[in-house]
Order: sequence, then C-alpha cells, then structure tokens
Amino acid sequence: MRRLTVPWTGLTRRRRHRFAPLVVLAAALGVTGGLYTALAPSPHAEAASGVSTASIDQGRGLFLRNCSSCHGLNAEGSSDGPTLIGVGAAAVDFQVGTGRMPAANVGPQIVKKRPSFDAQQTAALAAYVASLAPGPAIPDKSQLDYTNSDIAKGGEIYRTNCAMCHNFAGSGGALTLGKFAPALRGTSPRHMYEAMITGPQSMPVFSDSTMPAKDKREIIAFLRNSAKEPGPGGLSLGKIGPVSEGGVGWLFGLGALIACAVWLGAKAR
Amino acid sequence: MAMLEKAAAQVGGTIDDRFGAAGWIKKTARKVFPDHWSFMLGEIALYSFIILLLTGTFLTLWFQPSQSEVVYHGAYTPLQGLKMSQAYESTLRISFDVRGGLIMRQIHHWAALIFVSAMVVHLCRIFFTGAFRKPRETNWIIGTILLTLALIEGLAGYSLPDDLLSGTGLRITEGVLLSLPLVGTYLSYFLFGGQFPGDDLIARLYTAHVLLIPGIFLALITVHVMLVWYQKHTQYPLPGRTEKNAVGYPFFPVYTAKAGGFFFITFGVTALLSSVATINPIWLFGPYKPGEVSDGTQPDWYMGFLEGSLRMMPPWEIRAWGYTVPMNVLVPALIVPGFMFTALGLYPFIERWVTGDDREHHILDRPRNVPTRTGLGVLAISFWLILLAGGANDLFAITFHLSINSITRAFQVLIIVIPPISYVVTKRICLGLQRRDREKVLHGRETGIIQRLPDGEMIEVHEPISDTEKWMLTQHLSRRPLELEPDTDDNGIPRRRLLLSKARARVSRFYFEDRVEPPTPAEVREIETSGHH
Amino acid sequence: MSEHTHTDAAGVEHVESADAAAAVQEEHAGAIVARDEHGEIETHYANPGLAPHIYRRSDIDKTAAQRREREVATLFGLSTIGTLIFLVSYFVFKPADKQGNSNQLLSTVHYSTLGLGLGMGLALFCIGAGAIHWAKTLMPDDEIVQERHPMHSSAEERAGAVEALKEGAAGAGLGRRKLIRNSLLGAMAPLGLLALVPLRDLGPLPGASLAYTAWRKGVRLVSDPSRNPIKAEEVPIGGVVHVMPEGIDKMPNPLDEEAKAAAIVIRLAPDELHERPDRRGWDYNGIVCYSKICTHVGCPVGLYEQQTHHLLCPCHQSTFDVTHNCEVVFGPAGRPLPQLKISVDSEGYLVADQDFQEPVGPSYWFRGEN
Repeated sequence: MRRLTVPWTGLTRRRRHRFAPLVVLAAALGVTGGLYTALAPSPHAEAASGVSTASIDQGRGLFLRNCSSCHGLNAEGSSDGPTLIGVGAAAVDFQVGTGRMPAANVGPQIVKKRPSFDAQQTAALAAYVASLAPGPAIPDKSQLDYTNSDIAKGGEIYRTNCAMCHNFAGSGGALTLGKFAPALRGTSPRHMYEAMITGPQSMPVFSDSTMPAKDKREIIAFLRNSAKEPGPGGLSLGKIGPVSEGGVGWLFGLGALIACAVWLGAKAR
Repeated sequence: MAMLEKAAAQVGGTIDDRFGAAGWIKKTARKVFPDHWSFMLGEIALYSFIILLLTGTFLTLWFQPSQSEVVYHGAYTPLQGLKMSQAYESTLRISFDVRGGLIMRQIHHWAALIFVSAMVVHLCRIFFTGAFRKPRETNWIIGTILLTLALIEGLAGYSLPDDLLSGTGLRITEGVLLSLPLVGTYLSYFLFGGQFPGDDLIARLYTAHVLLIPGIFLALITVHVMLVWYQKHTQYPLPGRTEKNAVGYPFFPVYTAKAGGFFFITFGVTALLSSVATINPIWLFGPYKPGEVSDGTQPDWYMGFLEGSLRMMPPWEIRAWGYTVPMNVLVPALIVPGFMFTALGLYPFIERWVTGDDREHHILDRPRNVPTRTGLGVLAISFWLILLAGGANDLFAITFHLSINSITRAFQVLIIVIPPISYVVTKRICLGLQRRDREKVLHGRETGIIQRLPDGEMIEVHEPISDTEKWMLTQHLSRRPLELEPDTDDNGIPRRRLLLSKARARVSRFYFEDRVEPPTPAEVREIETSGHH
Repeated sequence: MSEHTHTDAAGVEHVESADAAAAVQEEHAGAIVARDEHGEIETHYANPGLAPHIYRRSDIDKTAAQRREREVATLFGLSTIGTLIFLVSYFVFKPADKQGNSNQLLSTVHYSTLGLGLGMGLALFCIGAGAIHWAKTLMPDDEIVQERHPMHSSAEERAGAVEALKEGAAGAGLGRRKLIRNSLLGAMAPLGLLALVPLRDLGPLPGASLAYTAWRKGVRLVSDPSRNPIKAEEVPIGGVVHVMPEGIDKMPNPLDEEAKAAAIVIRLAPDELHERPDRRGWDYNGIVCYSKICTHVGCPVGLYEQQTHHLLCPCHQSTFDVTHNCEVVFGPAGRPLPQLKISVDSEGYLVADQDFQEPVGPSYWFRGEN
C-alpha cells in the first residue's frame, strides 16, 4: 500500500510543494522591490575627484578644481551649493574629512564615504576657507581631550539633545523625506565636535556658547565609551530597541520551539 | 522491586483512603490525547507562563517598585551620579550586582515575547481549523480574554524598570487615556495619582503585574486547560478518527513524558536564547526624564500594532462647543483594538448564526474546506500585520533608505487595500485547492506521464488514488447557503424579525455561495464505469 | 442500522460518519459503496478506519532499542553537565566591586550570563529532549481509540436538574415572596459602590492643572540638562537649545513640572519667520520658543532639521513647521505646538514673557476652544 500522505498536516508535503516556498519568496521579493522603486528617493550622480598640495594658495587651487563648480569661484555659493564664506575651518574639516564633500550623489542627503583628500589636502582646503572670513575653527587637542570627562553627565546631555535623532546608543535614526541621522559609533571625536559646532546638513548648531565645550567633551566621552562597552547580555541586536528583539523572539524563540514541537509530533521510525 | 511496589501500594492506599482517587487515576492515566505538533502551540504559551512566574518571583526578591528619587552610586560608570528612581536603580542592581540577575531578567523578558507570540499562533491554529466551534466557544472567549490581558500584563511589565524607553511608553499611555471623551483626564489622574509621571504609577503597575493580572491568568488558564481535558481534545480528520471517538496516546506514560518534557524544552530554549541575545538593555536607555526621548521608540512587539495604528492615523481632531475629541488618538489606540478584540471574541457566535449549526464538532476542518472563514482570517492577519509593520516605519526608512513620509502614506493605503485583497486571494486559493482535491478523487493523481493513444490523441496518465485518500479528500461537509424562510409562516401570519432573517440569509450566501462540492461515491463510480478518461 | 445522512434545521446535509464508518466496515469490508435507508447511493465515502500500525525499529530490533536507551541516557547525562556548568559559572564569575570604568564588570557579567544561561539551557533542554525521545522511541506507540460522548446530559438528567431547581425555587418562594426578592435586589444593586467609592483617592481631580506650566513672566530659560541661562545673542542661527524654566528642580514635583514645561528654543533667520499676526513679537530677534510636548500623545518633539526648519516627533513622526508657527505638516498630530512668548531680561538672558496660552501636550475633552 502506498504510504499515506496528508498534504496539509505538514507530515509529507515535500513531493508536491517543493517549489511553493520559492514561489512565495519570489513574490515577496517582487513586491518588496516594487515598493522600493516606488518609495525610494531617486539619487542622481555627480562626479568628483582631485589631487593637490597644501597651504592657503594650494587650498585655493584645490577648491577651484573640486568645489567651485557648486560653491562658486570665490566660495560665494550658487544654486547648487551654499556659500562657504564664514563657515569656518571646522565645517570643511568635517565635510571633507568624512568624505561627504565633494558630494558623490545628491540624494535626500549627502552621505559619509571614503575621503577624496588626504589629511594634508583637507587641512589646505580648510585653511583656504577659513581665510575668507572668520568661522568655527578646527578644535585643538586640548578641546578634544575627554579622558577625564564625566561619562554619566555626557549621557544625560546626549539623551536630552541628541538621542531623539541619533538613538539612545548612537545607532542613528530616520528623519523626514529619506534623510537620516547617521550612526555615531565609528565617528572620531574631532568630527563629532565639528558636527556639533557647525551643524552639517539637517543637524542644528550647538555652539560653544549655548552648549559649553565641557558638555561636548562629556557627550564625546559618553559616545566613545558606549561604542567600546562590552554587551553584558550577549548579542546587542543592533541597539535599536524592541523591534529587533521582537523579530528574534519570533524567529529563534518561537521558531525553535515549533521546530521542537514538530519533532515531538513526528512518529519515530 | 517488590519492596518498592509494596511502598507504592501503601502510599496509594493512604491517598485513596482519604480522597477515593483510584477511580479517577484509573481513568486519567489511560486518557487519550490526540497527537500533533500544532497541538503543542498552546502548551508553549502555558509553559512560558510558568517560566514567567518562576523567573518573575526571582526578580521580585530585589526589585523596588518605587519612584522615590535616588542618586546612583552602583557599579555602572555611564550612569554614575545620576538621579533616578529606585525602580530603575534596583533593576540596574539586579542586572549588574546580583549574580544570575541579568540572565533571569533576560529569560523573563524573552519568555514574555514568546508567551504572546505562542498565544497568537495558537489562536491562528484554533481559528483556521475551526476548533472554536461547539462545544468549545467558552474556551475561545477565555483565550481572547487571556490574550487581551497578556498585552496589558506586558505593558505593565516593561514599564516597571522606569527607564527612558518605558517612560516614553507611559507618556503615550497617558496621552491615550486623555483622549477619552469626558472621563479621560479623570482616569489619567486616578491611574497616575495626579499629573504625569507622578510618584504612584510604578507601585500600582507592580501590584497589577505581579498579583492582580497573574491571579486572573492563573484562574483562567486553569479553566482553559480543564475544559480541554473535560471536553477532550479535537483531532484532525485522519483515518479512524470520528466525531465520536478520540484517537491518540495515553496520558500516562506517553503524554506525561511528551508534555512534561516539552516544558523543559521550552524553558531550555528560552534560557539558551537568553544566554546569547540581549533583551531590553535598560542601562543603555538611561533613567526616565520627561524632556528626553530616543529615536526608534517602539514598544515590545505585541503592542506594535497599536504603535503602527497611531503612526498611520491622519490628524483628525474634533473641536466643538468647547470640547475636544482627538480622533487621531481615540480611533487608532482604543477604537481599532476594541473592534479587533470584540470581533475576535464574537467570531464563533457569528459563524454559528450564519451556519445555523448546532452540532458538536470534534473533527477539525481543513482550512481550504472553509474558504470564507479562512479568507476572513487572513484578512484579519494582514490588517494586523500592516499595523505592526507601520509601528516600525522609521526603521524601515533607515534600513532601506526610504522616505519615512512615503512609507507612512503607503501604509495608509495598504491598510485599506491589502486586507480585502488578501481575503479574495485566499478564498480563491482555497476554492482552487478544493477543486484540485475534487479532480484528484474523480480522475486520480496526475503522473506527468504522457501517453499516445492508438488514434493519435495524447493523454496524461492518471494514477488512481487509494480509498483512504478518497475518504480524506471528501469527508468534510460542504455547506450551502441558508434558504430564505418565507415571509409568512404556515398560517399566513407575517414572520417576526423578518429583517434579521433576511440579513442572515444574505450573510450565509456570502459565506457559502462559492463552493466546491466534494464528489460523491456515485459520481466517481459513474466516471469509472464510463471508461477511464 | 443508524441513519447515514440527515438534514438539520438549517437545511444542511450531514453525515454521521462514525456510525456510517462502523456499519460499512462490517458489511462491506473495504468497499466504498453504501446505501442509506432509501437505497440511494451514499453521498460520502466511509471512514476507512485506523491505518495499520507501523512498527518502529526499536519495536522489532532489540539492539536498536538498546541504542535508543543509550541515547536517552546520554541526553540525561548532558543535562547533569549543564547543571555543573551553571554551578561553576555562578561561583567563578563574580561582579568585581572595584572603582573606575565599569567595562571590566560588564565583561564579567557577560561571561556570567553566558555561562549560567548555557548551563541552565543545556540542563533543562536535555531533560526535555531525553523524555520526549524516550516517549517516542521506547514507550508504546499504539494509537488508542476512546469513545467520545456528546457533552450534553441525557434527557432524564436534564429533566431531573430542572426539577431540582424548580423545587428549590419553590421552597425559597422566589416567585411568591416579592418583597424579599425586590428588597434583596435593591440591596445587591448598590454593592458595587463598596468597591468603587474607596478608589476615589487614587488621585486628585485634574482641575485646571493640565492648563498651566511652570513658566511665568520673567522666568529665565535654562538649558536642559545643564541648567545654564541663555544669552540671546549667543544662540546661533540654525541652533537649538532644549530648555526648562529656571528653578524647576526646586519645585515640589520637578518631574511633573518638566513633563509640562519642556520647551525648545530655535533661532531662525528673521526673513524665514512667518508669524501669525496675533503672535507678532512672541519671538526675540528670530529666536522662537515652542513647547516640546507633542500635541499628539505627548512625546518630546526634539528632532529639529536645520535646513527644512521642521520639528519631527520621533515617536509617531508628527512634523511641525517652525517657520509657520509650528503648524502640523505631516503625521497624526492634530494641533500646532504651543508657543512660549519670550524676551530678554536686563542682562540679556532669554526669559519667558508669560505662561503658554493654551494647554500643552495631548488633546483632551476639557481642553477648551484654543
């Protein structure tokens, strides 16, 4: 006698439904892809490159070749880019040093990438822009020395001023219309400091007068500690809160238990 | 051995002398339980509840349910010297200073997530197989109450540590309470003991979380399980199973070992998960302060559908005669879940009214054989899933680099469009599957072998299926719509409640108009005698 | 012979498959034809009865059974090892109580959590797996058939129950002694008050407390959480400061006050500001101050986008346009964020000019017309 098959109890369904999961997966991917195309903000690319040497003049040379097409020949700005007069060396060091400038794409937001210029070139560009008009300077070593800063105080300031965008553990978060606050775990103290005093893109300005340098160092101390702090509970699951926990609970908690139940219910041979 | 037996006999005798338990034990030990993996889903929930009681008791030994302000001087540097509530401080102490405290916290929280997810999957199994039908409606109602209570119990539980995330959740709870017309402010002030956040809430939630709700749980779960025991478990329509028997393994020893062993499996899996994966890292969130908030503020997954419902509701607020009704909160946070759980609880009675079926059912339905019910179930699940996904719209945005505004608008459309589509598609799939079953009974299984007849015609060879399989594919009832009763009774007197009767006929048509009747033995024989096609 | 099909009240055809199955099996032994009492061919196939029992290897092969036995024992043995791992982890990994950075402590807690969890998991899982393996492979797996009786009682029993109840009711005279019945009902009805009324002291009545905050004329805006006063000229364009009223920490219930008073200061270029006519002068040189408590359900709306001048709530994405009086441009919030009228004091520090002119935070029934 042929062995009994009960298609819908899941005992022996392999034969006829082998491809069913694939079909479902393909359909799901199709739908997801479609939604993505429909919803994704469309980026369009702009090329940029450049090599040169230091000093204000050399910085100017670099500027003319790499930046002036958007920011204007005298950094006065154009419809493609804001004026750089008065933005200060800190802004240049942050934008160029994190690879955001020169911009490779103009999506909803200019994103961090591998810097196009080395440290020396970046310094030259910064020096040139700083020579145009006074603006926030690159913080020096003493301003960034957070070794004795109060981590706990920094955490409190961070949670009031920063966590609503960058998340409680610096994992980043969504802003409107495809923009986002980036994750802060790999950001250097200098770039953090510069971002706070210059307010790049969507980020507001936290000047030293409204948020003293000491507070900023405390925030940096908190974030640096948080990035290298061991997770006492095991895998961190992205430090994004209960959503990833829910996924893991269903998949590896209930999923594993259902697998055990299937084993329990299957007849032994 | 003889000694042991003698001792056992003595103990048994002592017990029976006092309780007369022999008859009960004789019956119970051999009581039969049908065996299937899907019957273990409810057990996962039950066992998770026991795990929650055990680990929860451990946590109460150190937890301080108090909002009194203290300054932290514990072991964890990033919170050193900050002001916080005793509740938060004692949770930190459990996590870092009590050995095994963190693993117990993690087991407790993971078990809570698994508890509710097991309840949901269990509910789906009951629904799609029609296990809620007479005589089991009471257990369905109890299950609905248990699920509702589980959500409240979960909310109370994750609010206890008084961290930034849970405090934000309570702030939202306050906003939801305030939205209630007329009584909102009063309810909120009574719950919080005055203004938000007040000093009383954590202690009150604690009583609810460790005493009140678990007590109700314990009582309801006891009744739930006793009813399963007393009414006997349902079984799938396999050979030899009928409405008048129960086929399976005896409670002692097979089911004792299987079900008892499964408790240890559930506990073990939860412990293993808790040993490797962090859950609710409250030390990262920081203590609650009303001016602070973090991006990605979401509740535990089981409250996610309410979060999504709040996020996708349009900004509709009614202001009239000096009073305000914030429909943008009232509808998504109270009316929508109220409707969902009411519909859930009433479903067995709705279906009973539609079918006019008053018989007992112990043989489960194959979901395809009840296409409308299955379709409605998938409709409800898709509605719930879209709400759930909507609660994580910001994470979708940042993970897939999408615009959060477009995602929210898309969800606003999907929540209206997808559920009816899911219903129609599911129903069509069910009917298609039924049609395939019918074909199989009539003509046998397609073998994929093509044969050329002498006259040149190409046919596919069909392999006949066994009688057993024929029975399995045709054993179900194919319901037909209720006939509309005549407007007048036999004496020509107009019927009362005519409208209701008409409505009933209409709903019945909605349920059973599209159907595929299983072939009768007569039809099969006719085809077989008229020569194989 | 019992009937095979019948039509119930609702007009649906049913098959009493149990009877049918038994009867057919006796008479036809596997044949699929059956006739009902009218001699018509039956509408359903007969239940074929239990499938023949398939024996397990351990049922027929003694060595296989012994192997199973060893497997079960191994699982139980593993469980003991798990318990040992748990105990060892408990005593080896102790939280260090040394001062300084806590990262060392976190590592210890991590190892402790891992060791205890794995040990516990192994100990419990293996007991379960062993028991189930034992049940599946070595305990009898013959399916047992037990009769199932309808839930309802027999007609006599029902009649007996009704009789007993009637007799009892007659004895109590519930129908006759109306005075007793009505007075009892009257006594029972208000009993709920015994439970409800004492709950009155759960909290004070709201009164107008939701409509007022700690802001007063002349109260300085201080940064949150550092509590530094803010010089107007030091707020940069594009800058934000999260603020609280000065002295809030000394108030009787500081957290309650913070929950209402939290606000955000933003400086816009003056030409970007489109104030409502009746709000003219509520800003100070382009510096505006708005309540940070969302008008949706009360989350702090702190997420300011400098370029679009949008304030976004991280909880439910309500978006407010700071250039246009914080009107809602996206999301579920139904009202703009309330604005705080500000100016500077003699030393140039930002101060409030008055309290918010409408209740801050989520809407509620008694909120008033504003």
